Amino acid sequence: MPITLEKIPGQEERVILSMGPQHPSTHGVLRLVLELDGETVVRAIYDIGYLHTGFEKSFEDKTYSQGITLTDRMDYLNPLGNNLGFCLAVEKLLDLEVPPRAQWIRVLLTELTRIQSHLVWLGTHAIDLGAMSVMLYCFRERETILHIFEMVSGQRMMTSYFRIGGLALEPPLGWLQLVKKFVKTFPAHLEEYEGLLSKNPIWLKRTVGIGKLTGDEAIAWGLSGPSLRGSGVDWDIRKKQPYSSYEKFDFTVPTRPEGDVYARYLVRLEEMRQSLHIVQQAMEGIPEGPIKANAPHIVLPDRESMKTSIEALIYHFKIVTEGFHPPIGEVYQAVESPRGELGFYMVSDGSPKPFRCHVRAPSFANLQALPKMIEGRLIADVVACIGTIDIILGEVDR
Amino acid sequence: MPSDLESNLTLKKLREFAAQELAEAREFRGELTIYVQPGALIRVCEFLRDEPSVSYKFLADVTAIDLYPNEPRFELVYHLLSLKTAERLRLKVRTGGGDPRVDSLVPVYPSANAFEREVFDLFGIQFTGHPYLRRILMPEDWEGYPLRKDYPVEGYR
Repeated sequence: MPITLEKIPGQEERVILSMGPQHPSTHGVLRLVLELDGETVVRAIYDIGYLHTGFEKSFEDKTYSQGITLTDRMDYLNPLGNNLGFCLAVEKLLDLEVPPRAQWIRVLLTELTRIQSHLVWLGTHAIDLGAMSVMLYCFRERETILHIFEMVSGQRMMTSYFRIGGLALEPPLGWLQLVKKFVKTFPAHLEEYEGLLSKNPIWLKRTVGIGKLTGDEAIAWGLSGPSLRGSGVDWDIRKKQPYSSYEKFDFTVPTRPEGDVYARYLVRLEEMRQSLHIVQQAMEGIPEGPIKANAPHIVLPDRESMKTSIEALIYHFKIVTEGFHPPIGEVYQAVESPRGELGFYMVSDGSPKPFRCHVRAPSFANLQALPKMIEGRLIADVVACIGTIDIILGEVDR
Repeated sequence: MPSDLESNLTLKKLREFAAQELAEAREFRGELTIYVQPGALIRVCEFLRDEPSVSYKFLADVTAIDLYPNEPRFELVYHLLSLKTAERLRLKVRTGGGDPRVDSLVPVYPSANAFEREVFDLFGIQFTGHPYLRRILMPEDWEGYPLRKDYPVEGYR
């Protein structure tokens, strides 16, 4: 029996409408069940699970290093950010220090990921609300970033580039030229998007005052990320609980007090600007040094040393066939994904596979606020509200 | 991050409030874990949320661990976050495998709704007082609870 809403006796003229899971503006496979009085939404519930793949069960059957590949398939718009969260959690479990060069490159790539995620959000959000051209512009710039990812990791989307203890490989020569070019051209593009939308009367009509949430409501419903900051709550994990050297970078956390769709739009646009600022700092200050931690029983040795050193060969064999044994314990590592608090809760029983790995997916939590945002509003606003919480169904269903 | 268990403000405040309800406290990698008696969960969470000096207003996550075949079989794990002090706290509640059941936190934190549904769906733990306890990720007619340790990775065929 699929989830549905029961009619209330005496309200038989109301329509129960099933929206999705194939509706194009539900950003994947979200299904909403709406009870409509004319065009007004009276009640709403959501139905998810269409993309459930059992990642958390799979983690228990894979070694820690193998688990990395699952993480970028969860939130497919934030692959490197998810890699980072997972690696940081395992590194915390192991109490492993990552060399500064790796940390810097991680920050740089994670912020580029944030920009491209926000670009997809902006493009799809705008197309949902009738502004067709913005999508084409956004995807043009996103392509540049994906090209950088491909150059660095060999993959456009499923990067799996961060490894426990550092990075998979030294990035190829010339990759910084591409980043430099992007940093130089992107501010003009951002102004282009703003020119298309920020003062556009149709855009304002569709977004201002829609989907309002106060700061207290947002906290009670577990919202995080730009959706929380759009309600005036100054909370960003990168600032408040810095990880991977974020405390060494200069950036501000934009907030807006209004709490509507337009406020969250402005917050995300400003976030792109701040991310670009971080990318620039990271690019100019990448320290020299190794890209992997000095922990031979955890980090794979270089190819070259395997050809000359028997120890390296043995370690390589041990890590690949068996994995490493972290101490018994449990950790929770939260990172700021483009959608909010992405947490990895990792329990180790001392074996090479996680005893339990739970993912606190920001989209899963943010989705809870959706019925609250749309009840009592027009059905056209539903589309604006789905867009504004920026859900990724791969992450919701895991 | 708390460096010393004894000087931790949250633990001190909690002990003042309800020392007999706390089973034990642990620290690992600077993260504080407190085991709470099952009956006191709501009271403890209300206190943590409303006490101004700690102010754990944000429920970040609810999940569970299956310790099969040990008893009590399940551990419920709650991650609280204080936006004021930027500290995190992990609460744990134990429940047996025969009829796994805990109080729902929805009256204290509305955001617990979907998290608890997920735990119910994947572990089969009942939440007393939950307003809408239905499967959320698995199909409605699914048999078994996939994240339990006695459930095979490839599923039943």
